[in-house]
Amino acid sequence: MVELKAKTPCEGLLPIEVGDLRLSEVEAGFVTSVAAFKDKDAALSKALQAAHGLEMPAPNRVSEAGDARAIWFGPRMALLMGVSADPSLAAHGALTDQSDAWAVVRLEGARAADVLARLTPIDLRPGAFGPGSTARTELQHMQASITHLSDGTYQIMVFRAFAETLVHDLKTAMQGVAARQG
Amino acid sequence: MRITCPYCGERDRREFYYQGDAVALDRPDPEAGEAAWDDYIHNRDNPAGVTRDLWYHETGCGAWVVVTRNTVTHEVLSCELAQDAKEAGA
Repeated sequence: MVELKAKTPCEGLLPIEVGDLRLSEVEAGFVTSVAAFKDKDAALSKALQAAHGLEMPAPNRVSEAGDARAIWFGPRMALLMGVSADPSLAAHGALTDQSDAWAVVRLEGARAADVLARLTPIDLRPGAFGPGSTARTELQHMQASITHLSDGTYQIMVFRAFAETLVHDLKTAMQGVAARQG
Repeated sequence: MRITCPYCGERDRREFYYQGDAVALDRPDPEAGEAAWDDYIHNRDNPAGVTRDLWYHETGCGAWVVVTRNTVTHEVLSCELAQDAKEAGA
Protein backbone atom coordinates (compact mmCIF):
# COMPACT_ATOMS: atom_id res chain seq x y z
CA MET A 1 0.00 0.00 0.00
CA VAL A 2 1.43 3.36 -1.02
CA GLU A 3 1.37 5.91 1.73
CA LEU A 4 0.80 9.44 0.50
CA LYS A 5 2.24 12.22 2.58
CA ALA A 6 1.03 15.80 2.37
CA LYS A 7 3.78 18.30 1.53
CA THR A 8 3.47 22.02 1.98
CA PRO A 9 4.58 24.09 -1.06
CA CYS A 10 7.78 25.33 0.61
CA GLU A 11 8.68 22.14 2.47
CA GLY A 12 12.45 21.78 2.70
CA LEU A 13 12.98 25.39 1.58
CA LEU A 14 11.96 27.37 4.67
CA PRO A 15 12.46 28.87 7.18
CA ILE A 16 15.52 30.95 6.40
CA GLU A 17 17.12 33.82 8.27
CA VAL A 18 19.46 36.43 6.83
CA GLY A 19 20.67 39.02 9.34
CA ASP A 20 17.59 40.12 11.24
CA LEU A 21 15.30 39.22 8.34
CA ARG A 22 13.24 36.07 8.60
CA LEU A 23 11.27 34.21 5.94
CA SER A 24 8.94 31.39 6.96
CA GLU A 25 6.13 29.38 5.47
CA VAL A 26 2.52 29.96 6.48
CA GLU A 27 0.41 26.83 6.64
CA ALA A 28 -2.65 28.44 5.16
CA GLY A 29 -5.21 25.69 5.79
CA PHE A 30 -8.52 26.45 4.11
CA VAL A 31 -8.27 29.05 1.36
CA THR A 32 -11.43 29.98 -0.55
CA SER A 33 -11.98 32.67 -3.14
CA VAL A 34 -15.29 34.47 -2.72
CA ALA A 35 -16.60 36.41 -5.73
CA ALA A 36 -19.90 38.28 -5.59
CA PHE A 37 -22.62 37.42 -8.09
CA LYS A 38 -24.01 40.31 -10.11
CA ASP A 39 -25.69 42.91 -7.84
CA LYS A 40 -25.08 40.69 -4.79
CA ASP A 41 -22.11 42.57 -3.33
CA ALA A 42 -23.96 43.95 -0.31
CA ALA A 43 -25.75 40.65 0.36
CA LEU A 44 -22.47 38.75 0.20
CA SER A 45 -20.78 41.14 2.60
CA LYS A 46 -23.72 40.74 4.99
CA ALA A 47 -23.56 36.93 4.77
CA LEU A 48 -19.82 37.03 5.38
CA GLN A 49 -20.41 39.21 8.44
CA ALA A 50 -23.04 36.80 9.75
CA ALA A 51 -21.00 33.65 9.13
CA HIS A 52 -17.45 34.75 9.92
CA GLY A 53 -17.74 38.17 11.55
CA LEU A 54 -16.00 40.14 8.82
CA GLU A 55 -16.99 42.26 5.85
CA MET A 56 -15.95 41.96 2.23
CA PRO A 57 -12.73 43.98 2.17
CA ALA A 58 -12.56 47.27 0.28
CA PRO A 59 -10.13 47.33 -2.67
CA ASN A 60 -6.52 46.98 -1.51
CA ARG A 61 -7.56 46.26 2.09
CA VAL A 62 -7.80 43.29 4.44
CA SER A 63 -10.54 42.54 6.96
CA GLU A 64 -9.89 40.31 9.95
CA ALA A 65 -11.87 38.73 12.77
CA GLY A 66 -10.20 36.19 15.04
CA ASP A 67 -8.63 33.47 12.88
CA ALA A 68 -10.55 34.52 9.78
CA ARG A 69 -9.01 36.89 7.29
CA ALA A 70 -10.43 38.18 4.00
CA ILE A 71 -7.88 39.61 1.59
CA TRP A 72 -9.01 41.74 -1.34
CA PHE A 73 -8.05 39.66 -4.36
CA GLY A 74 -9.44 41.52 -7.35
CA PRO A 75 -12.57 43.31 -8.50
CA ARG A 76 -15.50 42.18 -6.32
CA MET A 77 -13.49 39.23 -5.04
CA ALA A 78 -11.80 38.29 -1.78
CA LEU A 79 -9.69 35.40 -0.56
CA LEU A 80 -10.99 33.93 2.67
CA MET A 81 -8.28 32.31 4.81
CA GLY A 82 -8.09 30.69 8.20
CA VAL A 83 -11.62 29.29 8.20
CA SER A 84 -13.65 26.90 6.08
CA ALA A 85 -16.06 29.05 4.06
CA ASP A 86 -19.62 28.79 5.33
CA PRO A 87 -22.00 27.24 2.75
CA SER A 88 -24.44 30.15 3.29
CA LEU A 89 -22.08 32.38 1.27
CA ALA A 90 -22.77 30.34 -1.86
CA ALA A 91 -26.20 32.00 -2.21
CA HIS A 92 -24.57 35.36 -2.99
CA GLY A 93 -21.25 34.55 -4.58
CA ALA A 94 -19.05 31.96 -6.26
CA LEU A 95 -16.90 30.01 -3.80
CA THR A 96 -13.82 28.25 -5.11
CA ASP A 97 -11.62 26.06 -2.96
CA GLN A 98 -8.04 27.22 -3.43
CA SER A 99 -6.49 25.34 -0.52
CA ASP A 100 -3.04 23.99 -1.47
CA ALA A 101 -3.05 26.12 -4.64
CA TRP A 102 -0.90 28.92 -3.23
CA ALA A 103 2.55 29.13 -1.70
CA VAL A 104 2.14 31.40 1.31
CA VAL A 105 5.14 32.88 3.09
CA ARG A 106 5.75 35.47 5.76
CA LEU A 107 8.59 37.98 5.65
CA GLU A 108 9.54 39.69 8.90
CA GLY A 109 12.14 42.21 9.91
CA ALA A 110 12.68 45.92 10.28
CA ARG A 111 13.87 46.13 6.66
CA ALA A 112 11.33 43.76 5.15
CA ALA A 113 9.93 46.57 2.98
CA ASP A 114 13.42 47.14 1.52
CA VAL A 115 13.52 43.48 0.50
CA LEU A 116 10.15 43.71 -1.24
CA ALA A 117 11.12 46.99 -2.89
CA ARG A 118 13.76 45.04 -4.86
CA LEU A 119 11.13 42.71 -6.28
CA THR A 120 7.86 44.57 -6.79
CA PRO A 121 7.00 47.91 -8.43
CA ILE A 122 4.33 48.99 -5.90
CA ASP A 123 4.78 51.91 -3.50
CA LEU A 124 5.65 50.30 -0.16
CA ARG A 125 6.08 53.46 1.89
CA PRO A 126 4.03 53.46 5.12
CA GLY A 127 1.70 56.20 3.88
CA ALA A 128 0.76 54.19 0.80
CA PHE A 129 1.02 50.61 2.07
CA GLY A 130 0.62 50.54 5.85
CA PRO A 131 -0.58 47.58 7.94
CA GLY A 132 -3.94 46.31 6.70
CA SER A 133 -3.04 47.06 3.06
CA THR A 134 -2.89 44.44 0.36
CA ALA A 135 -2.02 44.50 -3.34
CA ARG A 136 -2.34 42.27 -6.34
CA THR A 137 0.92 42.98 -8.07
CA GLU A 138 3.95 41.28 -9.51
CA LEU A 139 6.95 39.91 -7.68
CA GLN A 140 9.75 39.56 -10.21
CA HIS A 141 7.56 38.17 -13.01
CA MET A 142 5.12 36.23 -10.87
CA GLN A 143 1.53 37.24 -10.21
CA ALA A 144 1.44 37.79 -6.47
CA SER A 145 -0.66 38.95 -3.57
CA ILE A 146 1.29 40.99 -1.03
CA THR A 147 -0.30 41.90 2.29
CA HIS A 148 1.10 44.11 5.05
CA LEU A 149 -0.08 42.25 8.17
CA SER A 150 1.53 44.33 10.91
CA ASP A 151 4.49 46.67 11.17
CA GLY A 152 7.36 44.99 9.31
CA THR A 153 5.49 41.71 8.70
CA TYR A 154 4.31 40.87 5.19
CA GLN A 155 2.45 37.90 3.76
CA ILE A 156 3.34 37.00 0.20
CA MET A 157 1.42 34.55 -1.99
CA VAL A 158 2.20 33.16 -5.43
CA PHE A 159 0.93 30.10 -7.29
CA ARG A 160 2.16 26.94 -5.64
CA ALA A 161 4.22 25.92 -8.68
CA PHE A 162 6.41 29.01 -8.16
CA ALA A 163 7.32 28.23 -4.53
CA GLU A 164 10.98 27.52 -5.26
CA THR A 165 11.36 30.63 -7.44
CA LEU A 166 9.66 32.73 -4.77
CA VAL A 167 12.00 31.52 -2.04
CA HIS A 168 15.04 31.95 -4.29
CA ASP A 169 14.13 35.52 -5.28
CA LEU A 170 13.27 36.56 -1.74
CA LYS A 171 16.44 35.00 -0.36
CA THR A 172 18.61 36.82 -2.91
CA ALA A 173 16.91 40.13 -2.08
CA MET A 174 17.25 39.48 1.67
CA GLN A 175 20.98 38.85 1.24
CA GLY A 176 21.34 42.06 -0.76
CA VAL A 177 19.58 44.14 1.88
CA ALA A 178 21.49 42.49 4.73
CA ALA A 179 24.83 43.03 2.96
CA ARG A 180 24.21 46.75 2.60
CA GLN A 181 23.20 46.94 6.23
CA GLY A 182 26.38 45.18 7.45
CA MET B 1 4.85 55.08 -17.81
CA ARG B 2 2.31 54.84 -14.99
CA ILE B 3 -1.31 53.77 -15.37
CA THR B 4 -3.91 54.49 -12.70
CA CYS B 5 -6.03 51.37 -12.29
CA PRO B 6 -9.49 52.38 -11.01
CA TYR B 7 -9.19 49.67 -8.36
CA CYS B 8 -5.50 49.52 -7.45
CA GLY B 9 -4.39 53.12 -7.95
CA GLU B 10 -1.26 54.26 -9.77
CA ARG B 11 0.79 51.30 -10.96
CA ASP B 12 3.81 50.62 -13.09
CA ARG B 13 3.23 49.90 -16.77
CA ARG B 14 4.88 46.46 -16.46
CA GLU B 15 1.85 45.16 -14.56
CA PHE B 16 -0.33 45.77 -17.62
CA TYR B 17 -0.81 43.97 -20.93
CA TYR B 18 -1.58 46.08 -24.00
CA GLN B 19 -4.50 44.80 -26.07
CA GLY B 20 -5.03 47.53 -28.67
CA ASP B 21 -7.48 50.19 -29.80
CA ALA B 22 -10.59 50.50 -27.61
CA VAL B 23 -12.66 49.98 -30.78
CA ALA B 24 -13.30 46.48 -29.40
CA LEU B 25 -15.91 48.07 -27.11
CA ASP B 26 -17.92 49.22 -30.16
CA ARG B 27 -18.61 45.92 -31.86
CA PRO B 28 -20.97 46.48 -34.81
CA ASP B 29 -24.31 44.76 -35.17
CA PRO B 30 -24.01 41.37 -36.96
CA GLU B 31 -26.09 42.81 -39.80
CA ALA B 32 -24.20 46.11 -39.98
CA GLY B 33 -22.75 45.25 -43.37
CA GLU B 34 -19.31 44.59 -44.82
CA ALA B 35 -17.98 48.13 -44.59
CA ALA B 36 -18.68 48.41 -40.85
CA TRP B 37 -17.12 45.00 -40.15
CA ASP B 38 -14.12 45.73 -42.37
CA ASP B 39 -13.56 48.90 -40.34
CA TYR B 40 -14.01 47.12 -37.03
CA ILE B 41 -11.64 44.28 -37.79
CA HIS B 42 -8.94 45.80 -39.98
CA ASN B 43 -8.84 49.58 -40.07
CA ARG B 44 -7.07 51.49 -37.33
CA ASP B 45 -6.04 55.10 -37.08
CA ASN B 46 -2.47 55.81 -36.08
CA PRO B 47 -2.97 59.19 -34.42
CA ALA B 48 -0.23 61.61 -33.45
CA GLY B 49 -2.14 62.79 -30.42
CA VAL B 50 -4.90 61.45 -28.23
CA THR B 51 -5.75 57.75 -28.52
CA ARG B 52 -7.87 55.28 -26.55
CA ASP B 53 -6.57 51.76 -25.88
CA LEU B 54 -7.62 48.70 -23.96
CA TRP B 55 -5.18 47.47 -21.34
CA TYR B 56 -5.40 44.48 -19.02
CA HIS B 57 -4.13 44.69 -15.44
CA GLU B 58 -2.48 41.32 -15.89
CA THR B 59 -0.25 40.88 -12.87
CA GLY B 60 -2.53 43.08 -10.78
CA CYS B 61 -6.24 42.79 -10.14
CA GLY B 62 -7.27 41.44 -13.56
CA ALA B 63 -9.42 44.43 -14.57
CA TRP B 64 -9.74 45.57 -18.20
CA VAL B 65 -9.24 49.30 -18.44
CA VAL B 66 -9.56 51.97 -21.14
CA VAL B 67 -6.55 54.28 -21.14
CA THR B 68 -6.76 57.63 -22.91
CA ARG B 69 -3.26 58.87 -23.65
CA ASN B 70 -1.35 61.20 -25.92
CA THR B 71 1.11 59.48 -28.24
CA VAL B 72 3.07 62.70 -28.77
CA THR B 73 3.57 63.85 -25.18
CA HIS B 74 3.24 60.36 -23.61
CA GLU B 75 0.79 61.90 -21.17
CA VAL B 76 -1.79 59.52 -19.70
CA LEU B 77 -5.01 61.55 -19.64
CA SER B 78 -7.49 59.18 -18.04
CA CYS B 79 -8.15 55.60 -17.14
CA GLU B 80 -11.54 53.97 -16.60
CA LEU B 81 -12.91 50.43 -16.27
CA ALA B 82 -13.75 48.95 -19.66
CA GLN B 83 -17.03 47.79 -18.17
CA ASP B 84 -17.97 51.38 -17.25
CA ALA B 85 -16.86 52.70 -20.63
CA LYS B 86 -18.95 50.05 -22.39
CA GLU B 87 -22.04 50.75 -20.31
CA ALA B 88 -21.65 54.51 -20.77
CA GLY B 89 -21.42 54.02 -24.55
CA ALA B 90 -24.36 51.64 -24.76
